[in-house]
Amino acid sequence: MAAPPFSVLAMLRFILTRVSLIIPTFIGITLLAFFLIRLVPGDPIETLAGERGIDPARHEQLRKEYGFDKPIIVQYGIYLARVLQGDLGKSMITQEPVLNEFRALFPATVELALCAILFALIIGLPAGIIAALRRNSIFDHGVMGISLTGYSMPIFWWGLILILIFSVQFDLTPVSGRIDVLYYIEPTTGFLLIDTLLSEEEGAFWSAVQHLILPTIVLGTVPLAVIARMTRSAMLEVLGEDYIRTAKAKGLSRLRIVALHALRNALIPVVTVIGLQIGVLFTGAILTETIFSWPGVGKWLIDAIFRRDYPVLQGGALLLGVVVMGVNLLVDLAYGLINPRIRHTR
Amino acid sequence: MRAVDGVSLKLEEGEVLGVVGESGSGKSVTMLALMGLIPFPGRVKADKLIFNGRDLLTISERERRKLTGKDVAMIFQEPMTSLNPSFTIGFQLTETLRLHEGMDRKAARRRAIELLEQVGIPSPESRLSAFPHQMSGGMNQRVMIAMAIACNPKLLIADEPTTALDVTIQAQILDLLMTLQKERDMGLVMITHNMGVVADTAKRVMVMYAGQIMEERSAADLFASPQHPYTAALLAALPERSEGGRLATIPGVVPGLYDRPKGCLFSPRCAYATEHSRHVRPELRPWAGGHIRCHYPLGDPNRTAAIQHDHPIRTETAS
Repeated sequence: MAAPPFSVLAMLRFILTRVSLIIPTFIGITLLAFFLIRLVPGDPIETLAGERGIDPARHEQLRKEYGFDKPIIVQYGIYLARVLQGDLGKSMITQEPVLNEFRALFPATVELALCAILFALIIGLPAGIIAALRRNSIFDHGVMGISLTGYSMPIFWWGLILILIFSVQFDLTPVSGRIDVLYYIEPTTGFLLIDTLLSEEEGAFWSAVQHLILPTIVLGTVPLAVIARMTRSAMLEVLGEDYIRTAKAKGLSRLRIVALHALRNALIPVVTVIGLQIGVLFTGAILTETIFSWPGVGKWLIDAIFRRDYPVLQGGALLLGVVVMGVNLLVDLAYGLINPRIRHTR
Repeated sequence: MRAVDGVSLKLEEGEVLGVVGESGSGKSVTMLALMGLIPFPGRVKADKLIFNGRDLLTISERERRKLTGKDVAMIFQEPMTSLNPSFTIGFQLTETLRLHEGMDRKAARRRAIELLEQVGIPSPESRLSAFPHQMSGGMNQRVMIAMAIACNPKLLIADEPTTALDVTIQAQILDLLMTLQKERDMGLVMITHNMGVVADTAKRVMVMYAGQIMEERSAADLFASPQHPYTAALLAALPERSEGGRLATIPGVVPGLYDRPKGCLFSPRCAYATEHSRHVRPELRPWAGGHIRCHYPLGDPNRTAAIQHDHPIRTETAS
C-alpha cells in the first residue's frame, strides 16, 4: 500500500522531531555515566596497583596522569570534549581504546539480544493473540499464569535453574561460553551464527546454536512475558471495536479479520512495549552474560566495575545508552509507520 | 436469557422498513442477528431465516459470508469508529470489491472512485489514500455507505445512520440513502429512534420495545392512527405534535434484560395497564392491516369496557 504523497513531509517532520530529542538525552547519559561511577567508593589507582599497594609519590603522579587531580567539573568538561571528538579513552587495565574493546565484544551481545527478542516475539505474539481469541479458556489462563511467573522471575536465578536442569542434570546444553573450545572461528561479522556457517567447519554452527539456547531463553523470558500479556490485552480491546464489526459485516474471513484488521491495530501498543523492552534487554544481558560467561559487553562492564576501570565504565555505559537510544528511535519510526494517526497529526 | 424474542419480520424486494423504539429496545440486536454478527456467546435461535429464497440457518459459515457484505450489507451508527483507523479509505473500499466481485487491483480502484462519486464525496480519487481520521463524520458515513452498496446489495440495513452526525448532515445522508434505494430498488431497513426519520423514509414501520415487536403497520396508517399505546406515546413525544408547553414523555425506562415484567412488557409504563395485562403477556396478532401486541388496541371499540372489566391500575405513572 503506497503512502499518500502529502504524508511524506509530515513523516519527515516526525523523524526530525524524534532525532532532535536525541541531543538532550545524549548529554544526560554522559552526565549519568560520568558522575554515577564516581559515586562508587574506591580509588581507581589503588585498585590498579592491587594488593601490593603503591607509594604516595607514584600515586600522585598517576592521579595527575589520569587527570583525577583536577576539579570534578573540569574533569567532566575534558571528558565531554573528548567524547564529542569520538575519543572514549583507554582502558586503565588493558590500555586498549575503549571503542575497540566495545566493538570487538558488542556483536556477541547483539547476537544474544536479537535471538532473545526474536524468541520473545515468535512465542509471545501468537500466544497473546490466541489467548485473546480464546479468552477465559484454559489456554488463556495458562499463558497468562506462565507469563506472570516469567515476568516475576529474577534472571540470575532462572539462568542458574536452567543450567542445573539442562546442563548439569540432563547434559543437553553447554554450561557457558559462545562456542566449543574445539573450534576457532575467524570473526568476520562478529556474529557467530553467521561466521560458523561461513567457516564451513563441521559442527561449529551447531555448537554455536547449542551455546545460544539457554542464554536466549533466560534473556528472552521477561520480554516474552511482557509481549504476550500486552498482545493479549491489545487484541482484546481491538476485537471489541466497531471497525471489527464492520469487517465482519463485509463478509471477510475470520483469519483476515484477526490477522489484518485487528492485528494491525493491536500491534501499535505492542511495538511501544517492545521499544521499552530493548532497554531492559541490555540490563538483562549484563546478568545473563555473567551467568553464562558470554563474552559480550555485559560481562565486560561487570568486570570493569570490579576493577574501577573508569574509562571502560563511562564509555561502555555511554555506548550502550546510544545503542538503546538508536533502537528506540527505530521503534518510534516503526510506530509512525504502523499508526497513521501519529504520522499526520504532529 | 432472551434479548430479543418473538420477532418476526418480512421484507419484500425494494421495500423500506422503519424499525423504531427507544434505546435498548432490541432494534440493533435484531438486525445484527439477521446479519450473523451477534458476538459470542450470543446465539440466534430462529425458526426461519430466509434471504432471497435461501435458508441462512442451514448454509455453512463460508456460504453465509459470501452473502454478508455482498447481498446483505449494513451501515452503523458511529462512522468515526466503524472504519479501521490503520487502513486507507481506498483499501477498505476495494477490499470488499476484490473479495466478493473478484476484481483486480485496478478494476477495484476504478469502481471505488465511481462509488465515492455516487455517495457525493468530492475529488474521490485523492480521497482513496486518505485515512478515516482525516475526514469528517459525514464523509466517513458516506464512505461506509459506499462500502455497503459496493456489491449492489439486495438488502441494506442502516443502523441509526444519522444519529452521530450533525443535524445539517443528517438530512443529506438520509437523502443519499433514499436516492440510492430508489435507483437500485434495494430493500432498506432503517433502524432509528427518530420518528421523524421514519416518517420521511419508510413505507412500513415496526415498533419495537424490550426485544419484542409492539406494532407493525404501514407508515401512513401508523402515523395517522397509532394502535399501540406505546406507539401513541412515542408519537406524542414528537416536538411537532406537542400542543404547546412541555413535551410529552413516557415515564420510566425500557426494562433491562434481567428485570423484564411478567405480563405485557410495556405494562409498567402504560397508562392503560390492568391487572390482566400485568400478568398475561399479549401475543402478536393481526390488527388493522398490520400486527399488534396489545390487549387493548387504541382502535378497539370495546376497549374501555375491556379495560374496566380487567381492573385498571391507575398509578402516578399513568399520565
